[in-house]
Amino acid sequence: MSERSPQSIRAEALEALLIEKGFLKAEDVDDVIARYSERVGPLNGAQVVARAWTDKRFRDDLLRDGSAAVSPYQFEGGQVEKLVVVANTPAIHNVVVCTLCSCYPWALLGLPPKWYKDPEYRSRIVREPRKVISEMGFEVAAGKSIKVWDSSAEIRYLVLPEPPENLLQYDENELPGLVSRDGMIGVAER
Amino acid sequence: MKTDEHGVHDLGGRQGFGAVRRDGEEKSFHGRWEASVFAMASVGQVTSAWNNVDRFRHAVERIDPDAYMKHGYYGRWLGGIETLLVEAGVISQEELNQRCLDLGAPQENSVAARPKLKADPMAAVAGPWSKRPEQKSPDFKLRDTVVANAGNGLGHTRLPRYVWGKEGFIAAVHGAWVFPDTNAHGLGECPQVLYTVCFKSTELFADCEQQTSIHLDLFEPYLQGVEHE
Repeated sequence: MSERSPQSIRAEALEALLIEKGFLKAEDVDDVIARYSERVGPLNGAQVVARAWTDKRFRDDLLRDGSAAVSPYQFEGGQVEKLVVVANTPAIHNVVVCTLCSCYPWALLGLPPKWYKDPEYRSRIVREPRKVISEMGFEVAAGKSIKVWDSSAEIRYLVLPEPPENLLQYDENELPGLVSRDGMIGVAER
Repeated sequence: MKTDEHGVHDLGGRQGFGAVRRDGEEKSFHGRWEASVFAMASVGQVTSAWNNVDRFRHAVERIDPDAYMKHGYYGRWLGGIETLLVEAGVISQEELNQRCLDLGAPQENSVAARPKLKADPMAAVAGPWSKRPEQKSPDFKLRDTVVANAGNGLGHTRLPRYVWGKEGFIAAVHGAWVFPDTNAHGLGECPQVLYTVCFKSTELFADCEQQTSIHLDLFEPYLQGVEHE
């Protein structure tokens, strides 16, 4: 959407009014841009996943109580009061949605991509998840069952993808680079 | 306003939508105005006009349904924010309309916001988070079979249409949380036990494949127990 769409003008007008009335400062917008383009993003989640691949005890803690396991990281970004991590296995593939709005684990993944918030994903992923994931470029193996997690309250879900088969060939520092945002939503292998 | 069925936001399982569209760059914000909307929805001095996330979500749900589908995520938020700021008396739609014209907006514009003439009351909130001490023991335990109530489309709820009247089982018990259905309307936090309920997809959708299940987080008042003989 261009900078001068009707919504952009209305947002600009509303921002100006709120600044004049003392409810908002112009810097607040710059702070938001800095926070979500620099400090909060999917790399936070990727670090957690990579560690779970190599540290069995951390993996167990993460799956038992996600919030407690990630609390030492002190991720900022809000929207995660209780984190539940769901692990992909050879038999199960997990995928996350919020059909009612667009709830998403901001602190671990940053702000959601546009498609996550669009009606196409929100309507179809609960009804035909295998087809939607396939259309998005990943084929869930035919024998695997799919669990869909609809974030309908304040719990936020993160998918723990399966590690690559040649995990031991990687240096520990390389592992977060193998984990994508889409893998942690569940629409990619990892 | 339709009061006998679910709102346009209740999208789970709705038919007719096409392929998921990825945009090329997938940036957090497409244009400064989206970040501006995000800031307006997160800065405490502004958000104190609505004081809880449930009221905010409901304001987004009751914007113009056409705008809901066409204005995008931050356009929906903008409609919700404007709705709540007008209801709180922070701004008037007349002054906002005039400011838009001053900035070069055309005369005819679809306005997403739908402020009520008489806003819902404001109630105190106990804090920014939603988990609360448990007042009573849960009615259901792990593996219990439950049926989700049929909603009525009145007011805010986190019970999606696609599970109304459907049978599932309790997959997790999460303690007591602020109840969005009352909190959104200033009727108090009324904490309720929250469960993860697992439904077989074939129970929800006749055309769904066998190997799929769907998990939702549902509050105790949404659920009825089922006696198995």
